[in-house]
Amino acid sequence: MHIPDGFISAPVSAGAALPALGSLVAALARASRTLKERLVPFAGLTAAFIFVLQMLNFPVAAGTSGHLIGGALAAILLGPWMGIVAVSVVVIVQALLFADGGITALGLNVLNMAVITVGVAWPVFRLLSRLLPQRSAGVLIASMVAAWASVPASAIGFAIEYWIGGQGGVDPGLVFSAMVGVHALIGIGEGLITAAAIGAVLAVRPDLVAGAEGLGISADDTTTPSRVALGSFVAAGVAVAVALVVFVAPFANPNPDGLERVAENTGFLDTAQDHPIGGPLADYGVAGIDNPWIGTAVAGLIGTGITFAAGMLLVGIVRRFRQREQVPASR
Amino acid sequence: MSGTHLHVLHVHGHSPVHRLAPEVKVVAMLAFVVGVVATPREALWAFAIHAFFLVAVISFAELPFGFVFRRMMIEVPFVAFAVALPFLGGGPRIEVAGVLVSLEGLWGAWNILAKGTLGVGASVVLVATTEIPEILRGLDRLRVPRLLTSVAGFMIRYIEVLASELRRTRTAMASRGHDARWLWQVGPLAASAGALFVRSYERGERVYQAMLSRGYDGTMPQLDERRARGTEWAAALGLPLTTWMVALLAIVGS
Repeated sequence: MHIPDGFISAPVSAGAALPALGSLVAALARASRTLKERLVPFAGLTAAFIFVLQMLNFPVAAGTSGHLIGGALAAILLGPWMGIVAVSVVVIVQALLFADGGITALGLNVLNMAVITVGVAWPVFRLLSRLLPQRSAGVLIASMVAAWASVPASAIGFAIEYWIGGQGGVDPGLVFSAMVGVHALIGIGEGLITAAAIGAVLAVRPDLVAGAEGLGISADDTTTPSRVALGSFVAAGVAVAVALVVFVAPFANPNPDGLERVAENTGFLDTAQDHPIGGPLADYGVAGIDNPWIGTAVAGLIGTGITFAAGMLLVGIVRRFRQREQVPASR
Repeated sequence: MSGTHLHVLHVHGHSPVHRLAPEVKVVAMLAFVVGVVATPREALWAFAIHAFFLVAVISFAELPFGFVFRRMMIEVPFVAFAVALPFLGGGPRIEVAGVLVSLEGLWGAWNILAKGTLGVGASVVLVATTEIPEILRGLDRLRVPRLLTSVAGFMIRYIEVLASELRRTRTAMASRGHDARWLWQVGPLAASAGALFVRSYERGERVYQAMLSRGYDGTMPQLDERRARGTEWAAALGLPLTTWMVALLAIVGS
C-alpha cells in the first residue's frame, strides 16, 4: 500500500507530512529515552527486520500470497515508539532508495503504514492483553486482534485521504467500502502471522517482547490459542469484512449509486437481472432493481471478492518480480 | 561488512551524473518531483517537457533504458488502480472507443500515471547513479537529523544479513518439503519470522558489543568531508529549476 506521486493532491500530501513528521519526532524522542545510545543500531536492526519480513510472502489461497505490513508486529515486539521509528524508516528508505511510494507522498505513507498501524495496534493489544488471561495464549490472541485491526485502520486512513484530496473523482464511499472491506480480509493474514511470530519469540526469549512486559510470561509457558479461538478469529474477520461492505457501504455513501455504478460497469447487475428470468428466483432479480440496497450490497460483495483476488494476484506477480530485483543473488 | 550489497539497484559508471556530489543529486531529484507534482494535469505539453528532461538525464547518465524500465515496474499496482479510475470515476461521461468512461476518472488516471511514472523514474536515476552509503552521506550533509540517517544506514547494512538468514531458512524449509499454498499452512512461515527476529536480535547484541569495544559512542565517524562545489549545484539544479518554470507556466496558463 505505497501511495505514488500524484495520487493524492499536493496540499493534502503536504498536510499529511506534518502529523507524520510530528509523530516521528515524538517517537524518536520517546524511544531514545529508553534505549539511549543503543537506539541507533537496534532501530536499524528492527527496520531491516521489518523490511525483510515484507519480502516474506505468506500463502493466502491457491498459491497466491500476501505480505506483512509489520506495524503491529513491530509495536508488540519493540513498544509503540520504537515501532513507529522502525516502520517509518522502512517507508522512507523504500521511497528514497527503492522508488516504492512517491517522494511527495512520503508523509501519507508514513502516516498510513507506521503511525496509524502502530497507533491502532498498540492500544488494542494493551487493552486485550490486560483483559485476557495473562498467559502466552492471551498475548497471542491480543496480538492477533491488534494486528488485524491495524490493517483496515490503515485502509481507513487511505480512504479519508482519498476523500479529501484524491484524484479521479471516484465516489469516496465506494473507495471506503472497497478498501476497508478488502483490508479486513487481508488483516486476517496479518493477524495470524503476527500472532505466530510473537509466539515463536515468546517461546524462546519472552524478554524480547516489549508488549509482554509485566505479564510475567516465562519461556516454559507455551500455551497457545485453541483451534476454536483461531477459527472464530478468522470467522470474525470475514464477518466484519462482509458487514462493512453490506451494511456500512450503502449508508456511508453520500452518493448512494456509487456501488451500483461499479455493478453496472462490471455487469453484475445485468447478470443479476437476466439470469433468473422466468425462474422461481425472478423476484430476487427484480429485487435487485426495486431495492437498490440489496443490489448494491450484492454487487459490493462480489466486487470486494474480485478486488481481493485481483489484488492478491497482482501483488504476487509484483513481489516475485521485486524479490528477483531486490534480494541479491546468493553468493 | 564494508558497504552494502544492494548493488542490483546501482549501475556502475563514470558519467557526469555519477560523479555529482550525492547531496546535489538528492536535492535535484526532490525538486524535480515536486515540480512535476505541482504541474496541473491538464498541461499535457508540460509533462512532455518533464519526460523529455528525464529521458535526457537517463541517457546522459549512460543508464540502460531496459534497466530503468524494469526498476520502474514497481508502480504496477497503482497503475492497475489508475486503469480502473475511468470506469469508477464520477461526473460527466464521454465515449472512448465505444465505452462510456468518466472524464474526471480519465484525468485522474492520467494524473497518477504521468506523475507517478516521472517520480519513480527520477528516484530510479538517483539510486542507479549513486551508491546507497553516498546517498546517506548526502542526506547527512543536507542536515537531515543524524539519528534518522544512521538508523537508515544500519538498516541497509542489516538488510543483506537478515535477507541471507531468511534465504537459508527458506532453503532449509523447502528442502524438507515445505510448500505452503493456503493460509492455514502459514504456521511454519510465521515461526521462521519469529526465529529470524530472535536470531537477528541476538546477532545485533553481539555486533553492538563489538561496536562498543571499538569506541562507538552513538554516532558513526565521518570519513569523507568533501563538500559539493558551487558549479555542481549550478549544473544539477538547472534541470529542476526548469521544471519549476514549466510548472509555473502551466499553472499560470491553465
